Formats: sequence, structure tokens, C-alpha cells
Amino acid sequence: MSDEKVLIIDDEQEFTQALAERMTTRGMTVSTSSSAIEGLKNVEEHSFDVVVLDLQMPEMDGIETLKVLKKKKPELQVILLTGHATVEKGIEAMKLGAMDLLEKPADLTTLTEKIKKAQAKKMILVEKKAEERIKDIMETRGW
Amino acid sequence: MAQETNNTEKKSQGTGPGTKLLIGEFLNYRRIWLLSFVLTAAFAIIPVIFFAVLDYNLTQRSLENDAEARASRLASNTWRSLAFFLDERKNALNYVVQSNSFEQLENTPQLTEILDFLHESFGGFTDIGIIDATGVQKAYAGPHGLAGRNYKDQQWFKDTMTHGISVSDVFLGFRNVPHISIALRHTTPDNTYFIIRATIEHQLPKILSEVKTSGNGDAFLINARGVLQTPSHYFGNVLEKANIALPLATEQTRTMRITLENRQDLIAAFRHIPDTPFILVVLKSQKEIMSPWHHSQVTLIQYLGISISVVLLWIWAVTTYFVRRLQLLDRKRSKYFHMAEYENKMASIGRLAAGVAHEINNPLAIINEKAGLIKDMAHFKEELKKDTRLLETVDVILASVKRCSRITRQLLSFGRQTQTAPVPLILKSVLDEVLVFLIKEAQLKNIFIDIDVPDDLPQVVGNRGKLQQVLLNIVNNAFAAMPKDGRLSVSAQKTDDPFVRLDIRDSGCGISPENLKHIFEPFFSTKTNQGGTGLGLSITYGLVQELGGRINVESKVNEGTTFIIYLPTTTQKEE
Repeated sequence: MSDEKVLIIDDEQEFTQALAERMTTRGMTVSTSSSAIEGLKNVEEHSFDVVVLDLQMPEMDGIETLKVLKKKKPELQVILLTGHATVEKGIEAMKLGAMDLLEKPADLTTLTEKIKKAQAKKMILVEKKAEERIKDIMETRGW
Repeated sequence: MAQETNNTEKKSQGTGPGTKLLIGEFLNYRRIWLLSFVLTAAFAIIPVIFFAVLDYNLTQRSLENDAEARASRLASNTWRSLAFFLDERKNALNYVVQSNSFEQLENTPQLTEILDFLHESFGGFTDIGIIDATGVQKAYAGPHGLAGRNYKDQQWFKDTMTHGISVSDVFLGFRNVPHISIALRHTTPDNTYFIIRATIEHQLPKILSEVKTSGNGDAFLINARGVLQTPSHYFGNVLEKANIALPLATEQTRTMRITLENRQDLIAAFRHIPDTPFILVVLKSQKEIMSPWHHSQVTLIQYLGISISVVLLWIWAVTTYFVRRLQLLDRKRSKYFHMAEYENKMASIGRLAAGVAHEINNPLAIINEKAGLIKDMAHFKEELKKDTRLLETVDVILASVKRCSRITRQLLSFGRQTQTAPVPLILKSVLDEVLVFLIKEAQLKNIFIDIDVPDDLPQVVGNRGKLQQVLLNIVNNAFAAMPKDGRLSVSAQKTDDPFVRLDIRDSGCGISPENLKHIFEPFFSTKTNQGGTGLGLSITYGLVQELGGRINVESKVNEGTTFIIYLPTTTQKEE
């Protein structure tokens, strides 16, 4: 079973560390960033399957971060975490391409499930992309 | 809101904090009413009364003057008749002395003849005497045989000698009939005097009685000493002393007003009859003269009274109407004001609750993850696995976090203001869906459910889920108030506004007025020790607001509670 590469972006470091440790024990590869900017840098430098993103952060909030992330890496799966979930925000997030929206405090089991689903979804996307590329190569370079 | 109304009722009973203000307002209305009523009435009625009084006084004065003039005229006429009567007698005597010489008159048989003649032609002559200048009665004809008497010292003799004529006071003469005597001085051609004196039956009352019968008053003669010379209706019989004070009589007819002992007002006209001691007094009852006018005045005053009553009634009605209206509008305004205030308060509480919940969720997440981490660690590390106390503690922490997060989630849903497109809903079907969940519990608790929702009820507009939640919360609440046996009545009806009114009434324990005030506020619960969070009704309140409706509650301790929900109907949309 391939282990999922997860990035957690949240300004609450205590939260991210604890969550990261628990997820690691469940066999995931977890990185953490304590701000949106740091997180974006991280995403550029490494490749992740899933980003768990807090909606409310200082400087740059979750929605903004989501927009940038999606622009940079469209195949990246984003799960939003929020202390205050409203239907409007949920809809907005979904429209922007987030995969799911969870309310804090989230149950780890639920989160894990969602991450697994997200990773699978990403794999499909990546595979599709690879297929397309192969097709592309095959079509453009006829031997 | 009903609950606000309850407050108001309580206040008006004088127990709430707003007592002073409210009673003050009521007093104000009464004062406003009184003030406007009194002022309007005064302005409407005072001029009318003023003119009525003015008219009364003026006409009364003119009528009184008129009455005086009439009395005066009557007195003058009567005076003329009396003077004529006396003049006639005087002239008769004058004729006797002119046509007979002293010697002839001294002859008693001749004098008797003359007396008979006078008695026959004029009537009333009783006797006749001739007195010489020394006061000795030379001859006498009549029943008394008074010849030879000396009258030198008598007043009438002196008066006659000085004035030429004198008429006596009335006296009771022969046969106890009132008489008067007339004495006339005669100057003979040889410049000696003698006096002819005749006694006449008192015929003046007859003349006066004609006057009396013609008017409804009194007419009599009186002398200067106040002795009645003719009988009087008011003052007694002839020769009695009359209790009447008259000013000095003159040759002119004068009038004055007198009041009798029995408070009767009279107009008196009086005049002295010359050469006699008599003063003619004509009395007219003022009341009787004025009575036709009084009658008309009474009618007038009656009309005045009726019209004033009508005006007062009208002013009363108008004032009452306007003050009531003012009061009603004021009440309405204050009701809406309270409503707005309450909604504002609830909205603020909602925002606060949401904010607090949101802020608490973050640290709660940390606690959750840390506790989870400890559990994980215990799972992987053998030495911790054995420590059951640690695991139990962590479980308690996790359970508490779950409990906290349930509270924050409910708080958030109370404060949430989400916009979803409302759809028309059939209230009855939504109600049935909700009751399906609760039928089992109702059977268990032996609660009778009575539903009265008419089929022609307009559809309500809103979100099905929210409406279900609202109904579920309230019915749950009602069930909680009825531990065993009870009755839940749900009734719906149309209102004049585009709302459907839904009453959910239970026969439970009721809510005290003090608690009723706070019932929709978050964390207000009377069953906190039974696991309630005190958020159910505040969420319900929030949901009803979101549905565009209103929720009120009325309750009586030990009688039950009624939740009244107004839900917007489709007709509102069309408008």
C-alpha cells in the first residue's frame, strides 16, 4: 500500500504537530507548515498527494491559499478544516476545487478516510494525465 | 411577542421593574383624556352658557321694568277712579252748601231732606252735620243725634278750617260698617265760615275689588300710620295694622319692590290721594307677571340642557375614541419596539455565540489531537498499554471534547444565518413526518395527540429541514414537560396577515414567568442536570427567524405551555 504524502497547513502548531504525529503512526508521510506562505513554498518544493488546510489563518486565509494551490497544482487534493463551517463557505470551497470540508475538532478516523479517498482520486488523475502524455507522445512521435 | 405581552401584564400588576413607567403611561392617557375633554367641553359650552345667562338677565330686567310700568299704570288708573269717587261726593256736598243758606241748613228737617236726597242720588250717605266756625255742631241729620257737640279740638276740624277740606280715616260707624267722613269748609257771602260734614259708607273697597279681580294682585288703601283703610289680600282686613314699610307718598305714582314674609316678591305701585289720608297701594305678584316668561325660559333652559348634553356626549365620544386610538398606537409601537429589541438581542447573542464557538473550536481541536496522540502512543508503547488509568483518563478527555464540540456546533447552528431558497410546503405533511418519530414516545408516555390543521390552509414557505427541526424541537420540549399522561394539541389557522398561525399546546408543567423571559436565550435550561444544553429552543428561535416567521410562547404554571409560531405563506410571495 502506497503511503499518502500529506501536508497540513495550520497556524496552530500544537495542532499540526499532534495531528502529524498521529497520522504518521497510521502510515502516512506528513509535513506541516504553520502558515499559508510556508505551505505554498513546501508544495512547490515537494510533491504531496493531499493538503489539509485550515480556513482561518492570519496573513492569508484558507480560501486564498486554496485558489493559489489549485492554480499551481490542479491535481492536488485539498481538504479544508474549519472551526466554523457554514454551507456558504462549504459551497465556495467546493467551487474552488476543494475536495471536502471538515469541522474542527475533526475525528481522525474520518479525516484519514477522506485523505485516503483524496489520494485515490489524485492517483486516478495522475494516471489519466500519464496516459494522456503517453498518448500524446505516441501520437506526436510516430516511430 | 406573547412573552413580551406577559411581561406587560405582569408589569401592570405592579410587580415588574417597569411598573412605574407603565402605570405612568396609563395615568397619562387618563390625564390626556381629561384635559382634552375638559378643554373642548369648556370651549364649546362656556360661550353658550354665557349668552344664555346674558339673555336671561337682560330679558328679566326689561320684563321687570315692564311689570313695574304696568303696575304703575294700573295704580294711576285706580287712583283716578278713587279720586273721582271722592270728588263726586265733595262736589255733592259743595252743591248742597252752595244752593242752601246757613239758615236753611240749620233747620234739621230740611237737612234731613237733603240727606235723603243725597242718599238716593249718590248712595252711601249715612248722616250729615253742620258745624259753625267755633266747632259747635249746629244741626245734624242721621241716626246718632249728635247735634250740639263741640268738635273744636278735633284734628279733622282743624284740618278743615286750614285746608278747606278733610277726609277722615276709615272708622266703624253705624251697624259696624266701615265709614269715612268728608268735611267741607264753606265761606258765606258775609265772610263767615261753616263746615258741612257727611259720613259715607265706605264704598272704596268695591272700586278696589274691581282692580283686584282684573289683575292677579292686590290693591288697597292705607294711611300714613300703616293702618289698612280697605281690606288687603296680603296684609289683612280693614283697620288692621299692615306690616309694610312705604316711603313717603307723593303726587307721582312710584313703584318699589317688596318681599313678603313668605318670600313672595311683589311689585308695589303707590300714590297719595290728595286731600285724604289715603295712600293707594297696588301690588302685583312679580312671579305671576313673570310666569309666562319663566315658562318660556324653562323650555329654553331645557333645550339648552339637552343641547349641552348632546355636545358633551359627542365630545366624550370623540375624545374617548382619539385617546383610545392613541393608546392603542402607543401600545402597538411599544410592542413592535420590544419585538425589534428582542430580535436584536437574539441576533447579537447569536453572533456572540457563533464567535465564541468558533474560537473555542480551535483549542478544542488541539486538545482532541493531543489526547488522540496519547492514546496512539499508548497503543504502540507496551509500558503505557498496561496503564489502564491513563487510557481511561484519555477517553474521558475525548468524550468531553466531543461534548464540547456538540455544544459549539449547536451554538453555531443557532447563530448561523444561511440563505437557502424557500419552497412551498404543506404544513400538515411536514407535521406528519415529524410526528411519526414521536408516536412511539407518545404511546409510551400515554400522551394524547390532537391535530387540527384544516385542509384549506395556505402553503407555508420555507426550508423543509428547518421546519421539521422546529416542530421536532417544540414537540420534544412539550413531551419533556409531560412525564406521564397529557395532551398535545396542534392547531393551525389562517391569519389576516400572510401568515399561518400554528399553536402547539401541551398540558405539562408550564413555565414560570421569570423563566419565560429567557426561554429563547442560549444555555437557558431548567434541566441542565438531565443532559440538556439549553440550546434547543434558541436554535428553534433561530430557525423560525430564518424561515421568516415569528415564535411566541405563553405559559401558565401547572396548566401548560403554548408555542405560537407564525409561518409565512405563499400568498406573501405573490404580494
